[in-house]
Amino acid sequence: MTKEYKTITEIAGPLIFLEKTEPVGYNELVNINLPDGTTKRGQVLDTSHDIVVVQVFEGTGGLNRDCGVRFSGDTIKLPVSFDMLGRILSGSGDPLDGGPAIIPEDRLDIMGAAINPFSRLPPEDFIQTGISTIDGTNTLVRGQKLPIFSGSGLPHNEIALQIARQAKVPGSEEDFAVVFAAMGITNEEAQYFMHDFERTGALERAVVFLNLANDPAVERLITPRMALTAAEYLAYEHDMHVLVILTDITNYCEALRQMGAAREEVPGRRGYPGYMYTDLASLYERAGVVKGRKGSVTQFSILSMPGDDITHPIPDLSGYITEGQIVVSRELHMKGIFPPINVLPSLSRLMNSGIGEGHTREDHKAVSDQLYAAYAEGKDLRGLVAIVGKDALSERDKKLLEFADMFEDRFVRQGPEEDRDIETTLSIGWELLAELPESLLVRIDNKFIEKYHPAHKK
Amino acid sequence: MEIKGEIFRISGPVVTIQGVNTRMYDVVKVGNEGLMGEVIGIEGDKSIVQVYEETAGVRPGEPVENLGMPLSVELGPGLLESIYDGIQRSLPILKDTMGDFIQRGVMIDGLDHEKPWEFKACVEAGDKVSGGSVIGVVKETHNVDHKIMIPPNISGTVAEIKEGTFTVVDTICTLADGTQIKMMHKWPVREPRPVSKKLPPNIPLITGQRILDGLFPVAKGGTAAIPGPFGSGKTVTQQQLAKWSDTEIVVYIGCGERGNEMADVLNEFPELEDPKTGRPLMERTVLIANTSNMPVAAREASVYTGITIAEYYRDMGYDVALMADSTSRWAEAMREISSRLEEMPGEEGYPAYLSARLSEFYERAGRVVSLGGLDGSITIIGAVSPPGGDFSEPVTQNTLRIVKVFWALDAKLAQKRHFPSINWLSSYSLYSKALTQWYDENVSPQWTELRDDAMDMLQQEAELQDIVQLVGSDALPPDQQLTLEITRLIREFFLQQNAFHPIDTFCPMEKQYQLLGAIQKFSDKANAALESGVLIQDIIKLKSKDELAKVRFEEDFDGSLKKVMDNMDKEFDSIKGELFAEGATQEVE
Ligand SMILES: Nc1ncnc2c1ncn2[C@@H]1O[C@H](COP(=O)(O)OP(=O)(O)OP(=O)(O)O)[C@@H](O)[C@H]1O
Ligand SMILES: [Mg+2]
Repeated sequence: MTKEYKTITEIAGPLIFLEKTEPVGYNELVNINLPDGTTKRGQVLDTSHDIVVVQVFEGTGGLNRDCGVRFSGDTIKLPVSFDMLGRILSGSGDPLDGGPAIIPEDRLDIMGAAINPFSRLPPEDFIQTGISTIDGTNTLVRGQKLPIFSGSGLPHNEIALQIARQAKVPGSEEDFAVVFAAMGITNEEAQYFMHDFERTGALERAVVFLNLANDPAVERLITPRMALTAAEYLAYEHDMHVLVILTDITNYCEALRQMGAAREEVPGRRGYPGYMYTDLASLYERAGVVKGRKGSVTQFSILSMPGDDITHPIPDLSGYITEGQIVVSRELHMKGIFPPINVLPSLSRLMNSGIGEGHTREDHKAVSDQLYAAYAEGKDLRGLVAIVGKDALSERDKKLLEFADMFEDRFVRQGPEEDRDIETTLSIGWELLAELPESLLVRIDNKFIEKYHPAHKK
Repeated sequence: MEIKGEIFRISGPVVTIQGVNTRMYDVVKVGNEGLMGEVIGIEGDKSIVQVYEETAGVRPGEPVENLGMPLSVELGPGLLESIYDGIQRSLPILKDTMGDFIQRGVMIDGLDHEKPWEFKACVEAGDKVSGGSVIGVVKETHNVDHKIMIPPNISGTVAEIKEGTFTVVDTICTLADGTQIKMMHKWPVREPRPVSKKLPPNIPLITGQRILDGLFPVAKGGTAAIPGPFGSGKTVTQQQLAKWSDTEIVVYIGCGERGNEMADVLNEFPELEDPKTGRPLMERTVLIANTSNMPVAAREASVYTGITIAEYYRDMGYDVALMADSTSRWAEAMREISSRLEEMPGEEGYPAYLSARLSEFYERAGRVVSLGGLDGSITIIGAVSPPGGDFSEPVTQNTLRIVKVFWALDAKLAQKRHFPSINWLSSYSLYSKALTQWYDENVSPQWTELRDDAMDMLQQEAELQDIVQLVGSDALPPDQQLTLEITRLIREFFLQQNAFHPIDTFCPMEKQYQLLGAIQKFSDKANAALESGVLIQDIIKLKSKDELAKVRFEEDFDGSLKKVMDNMDKEFDSIKGELFAEGATQEVE
């Protein structure tokens, strides 16, 4: 049907350049036939009467000027269907599990379209993850994008899995699904996830996209978009509440950088493309709740911070887009605390709309603020103690110092299978606060102290 | 002139067209779907167009048409309560025409051309009018009278003027030379609307935020920048300003930021009341939402669309506050387009004209006498999002060279949940002096001194903290320990303010004065007590001082403040009494 061109003039990194084509559409899907009979796919990045530039997803290995190139006349689409649940697909959406091809109910453009801000419903449904440092102090809500900022060797996968297992909206029995997209992670890591999904039966409610470390890097540019397209489909056409886990965003950004370099673009900070903010936004902003539709898309992605540096462009630009971040701390991990979540740099910006009366409990915000403030001050004092010794501290400071230790030990620390409901989390919070003199609890209204403080509670 | 041509090349939002005559900034319709774009460069017989919509699937050879006019906004009744994308397309109408997701190829008018408005004339046939002259009034929302003005570049004698119900495109006035005046006119966004003169900014924009009004005020007609790393409070502060400022009109630009934040504003503003008028905040607000995932070219335009609308209300004699969140995303949109054009990059890849664009934008702020002789102002508050929170980057630096108020957000404070996390040591306001008189006359003659003292103490605290870091606070002499305690009160009870607390979120000037005064009073009493021999530990233990923390959350502020201050008096009396009873050494006062 479509014409085949054998007019490749140049191959550079993941890009091919062609001449003398009919008019080709921007972002069009391209099929490249290799002399050995295999086919690769690509996408048009630049198109003019003179020249067409194509990025090849499976990499340009094995390509030469004799390859035949066909333009599909269409942008990249993902065949979607309800039967995707339970399936394991490649990073470009082909079945990897030996099962049949997806019989599409629809074919959707993977780039998605921006949700009209006017159509958005502000997220406010509390998701209970069963982890105190999240539920208590960095609450996740439906439709939020809240990534884990972690580092190499830290247990972010365990945390993500615990959340995938335990996440629920208390009191609601609505349909729930997980879309998992691996981008450049090792086979071993992928197996770890798959094994847990199988063990818990979660796979039945999951769609898995796998682009592993040894798969082509350019494919990573479409894997998350396929995953999000599947998620949107399940959310908006099948009324499901979808939790999307993308891992690892850092590998995605490396692929983006590689593409930029191949196109000889002027690089931005530390060699990453100047448009990385916009590009990442086109992923993260696909989380949300749409007025009048029952489902929702929540993103809980994993990002490993190169060199544990939160100011590195990848976590930095992500933090500017996402609605907070959960920061995994090497220090806590070394202390043997699981989950080693450091609440201080962590933040959930949508927390305020998801907690309090009618959502969790009326005192939630006050308790959370107070825990934070006391822990922050106590932790600060550790530095001072190292210099002047404990004896030089005032009574007040000594209490705060002890508080910081107790907080890490009782509030932060919990078992990987321990599913704490919000009541439990808040009571642990109060027990800890009760160890402080009441005059220090300046962030809590008297009426809550009278009602919930263990010393007052009848 | 050739107005039709074809597409030559497409590279993302940048499209090269040929065979058509263009002028810079002309609006063109691109491709079979008629996507809207703007000419941003001309090279030989080709023109370069930035396209405001997604270009996927568009091909070379598709037709283009030059509409022959620059990118403009429609100005007239109906702007208030609107929510637009970056090129003044109404988002509710986009939703009606294409559903919950933004598709492309839809051009819609900025104003509703069919909605009837009640027009009351205020000129008569024979009156001489010129640009800016008010010829009549429309009640746009409950509290805003929309003044219908002669567009800036027109003048003449009124031949006929009507009164009654009209749409914005009906002729309501005809000039002697036949010029027809409608309630609506168009204005090119990149061109500042003319004014007759600029006035010095000497009235503060009262925001109800203690650290802003108290320590670093911005003047009406002034410029302020609020840079900070992610999560430090730029958006919350901007939204607080949009909610509580004593301004008449608010233009809020969500430029390349989050969709959920805009949804939040849309949800909240119709519910919240303007503290001055008691009317829903939405009635004084125009929202522009071009979120990070919407096309970058429209993001670039959004700032201009916003400021032009602000100027229009300023011309009616209103005080307008414009928030742009975030100007960094705007700068990045410029960078993105510039790099597609393969322009010579300047610092960190930003185009060399970054600094010029920023100053042109902030230059559009000011307190002015409009062409029609009315006093109006535009205050611009721009958020800046420096990569890695490093203020030495080009957008922050270029902005700081222009603006007069610097609210430096501090990640450390944010982490301690000290909100607003504005660093009191590095922030500044160059308006403080010019505003002193206003505070003297409208708050209290003591205000300035109170405020300066507080600032002084905070400076001292910073120095003392350095010592404390080395030796611990107990090693300090008692008077310095007291200083630390007092500055703690200033920080925790005055500077901190919870935007999410129904009462604390907004703190009128009078309350601010009382609070700071109360801390001052404690300071005076404590110093006196210390001098008379009371131990610092006993002062620090006083309950009333800590009760002061909660006063700002109380519905009955005056009552509870009085109670706390009475307690404070009693407590001081009693510790001094004990001292007396013990017969400890005492000094004569
Ligand atoms: N005045 C305040 N009172 C209470 N909480 C605040 C205040 N200011 C900021 N916060 C808290 O800080 C969080 C982050 O603030 P905000 O969203 O304004 O950051 P930002 O600087 O705009 O970040 P970004 O650059 O990523 O958009 C808020 O969600 C809120 O929890
Ligand atoms: Mg923000």
